[in-house]
Amino acid sequence: MSKCSYTLPIGPVHPALKEPTMFKFVMDGEIVKEVDVQPGVNHRGIEFIGMRRNPLQVLHLAERICGICSIVHQYAFTMASEKAAGINDIPERAQYIRTIMAELERIHSHVLWAGVAAHELGFDTLLHWTWKLREDVQDVLEYISGNRVNYAMYYQGGVRRDISPEKIPRIKEMISAYRREFQKLADAFLEDPLFKHRTVNVGVLTKKDALETSAVGPTTRGSGVPKDVRVDQPYGGYADLDLKPCLPEQMGYPNTGDTYAKTVVRILEVGQSLDIIEFCLDNMPPGPIRWEMNVNKVLMHMKKAGGEAIGMTEAPRGEMIHYVRLDPGDENVSAWKVRASTYNNIIAWQKMLVGAQIADVAIVAASIDPCIGCMDRVTVVDGETGKEGVMTKEDFYRLSVRKTRRLRRMKGKPSGGGW
Amino acid sequence: MMEPAEADGKIKRLTGEEIVSLFRERLGDGVVDTRVDVYTNGVRKKPFESVWIRVKRENFRDAVKLLAEVHSPLHISVASGSDIGDEIELIYHFQVYWGMGGGQISVSIGSRCPKSDPRFPSVSDLVPGAIITEREKQEFLGVVMEGIPDGRQLFLSESLPPDVHPWRKDEEELKKLEKYIRNVHDEGV
Repeated sequence: MSKCSYTLPIGPVHPALKEPTMFKFVMDGEIVKEVDVQPGVNHRGIEFIGMRRNPLQVLHLAERICGICSIVHQYAFTMASEKAAGINDIPERAQYIRTIMAELERIHSHVLWAGVAAHELGFDTLLHWTWKLREDVQDVLEYISGNRVNYAMYYQGGVRRDISPEKIPRIKEMISAYRREFQKLADAFLEDPLFKHRTVNVGVLTKKDALETSAVGPTTRGSGVPKDVRVDQPYGGYADLDLKPCLPEQMGYPNTGDTYAKTVVRILEVGQSLDIIEFCLDNMPPGPIRWEMNVNKVLMHMKKAGGEAIGMTEAPRGEMIHYVRLDPGDENVSAWKVRASTYNNIIAWQKMLVGAQIADVAIVAASIDPCIGCMDRVTVVDGETGKEGVMTKEDFYRLSVRKTRRLRRMKGKPSGGGW
Repeated sequence: MMEPAEADGKIKRLTGEEIVSLFRERLGDGVVDTRVDVYTNGVRKKPFESVWIRVKRENFRDAVKLLAEVHSPLHISVASGSDIGDEIELIYHFQVYWGMGGGQISVSIGSRCPKSDPRFPSVSDLVPGAIITEREKQEFLGVVMEGIPDGRQLFLSESLPPDVHPWRKDEEELKKLEKYIRNVHDEGV
């Protein structure tokens, strides 16, 4: 640590977070020199609890791991436990419904992220507009499943609720509404000179680092690494689609791995999700939605069965994997390992934050979509004097907003979208 | 690190069975057990493969190096671990042939170590992305990852002593947990 450097701890915990994280930055003036991430401050021991429950109970536990991408956890656990128990003939209609639900969730998650990113930069009107936009997909999720957050749609062998033909027009209406607003969304973020200024060449993850750290999701695709489970190892309804991973170059932006590139990827993926949902609705196979109607029979089957398997899905934040082992005669799940996308992006995060300015930490940290709320308490320690002061997330946010305003003044013109 | 394969056709792609034969040929008795699972999806019944290879602990690093010859850089998804009585089993879940527009194969390489000698070779130098999951396995299962570049506690609270390992299922460990988790015996093992 050089004479002028100081340590800046950020974190550790915020109730809104699925993975609360503690950062320790070594700062040189305003520049981040080193980063250490210390997660787990709010580790809930869900795997510990799950290893003492039967697979049907774990299903509900899995869904509650995350409040934003709840469905992909349930999807991955359902697939892993089905495979472990040898339930392989899942009705095709159920596979399509699973795919539709997962894509609806991706839209809501990406639009939510866009709002958070806008907020971190001080564009609060944009935040409210994107979250208003998000309500459309939330309404459809509620229309199909009855719930806005934990949908309880999947279970071993199929899905709980059908998407009947009379429900399809309402979903299609949502798709066209999003298509109408899509260009506005893309322009609001990608064409705004100030947004560009705050994100281009900020928080760069090089392709080499993305590959070395096994980063996943839009974080790695922004760097030009075409990893996407839906493409690489298509599961469920994705097997009938010939998808291509969304890379920034498809919008004419180089695969630089900066925050702007990651934004491009997410916006492209909203469009891709709309296409996937439409395909699935138009080509929905007829037939049953469950492998076995009687839940007790499913449970009995799983109790007798033995085996191990992994279930992988592409969550909005990237590859998600669950490992499940069932032992014959044991009703409970014998082994369960959950790996959410952010887990693999932690090391990439460290690489991205080094060299960033203190005012950019908020947007760079948000660029992997981890839920930025973890920054609720910041202690600044002056390395020379040892003097301590406490900065809240509010102070931190103000620093970021001030930088946006300063840039706006320097450019001498209002930002493009008029907000 | 080898250059990644950008497009299909640059490297010779093996099937799941061919990967298994390669491991059996190169590691000989080091391979304990193998399995290839095939799953089909969608109306088209498109298949994908999941390969499971269990090796002896002393051959574990060689197995990971061998997999890196199949497709590099290796993508590690996670390492799962569980208490299976007298032994602890770790399984590293890797993906090969990613980014080729399909045909990715999941290769899970597992190995066991006795609880009386819970040492396990770290592969964080070969696959840098493995560090987080290896740190987690150390604290939750009480294995010692030999050669790990950064072995600090990761997820568990600092108030939990380093000799408490929540994923161990034996009576001795449960007794230690009693102090920290209410009604742990009601939960069972």
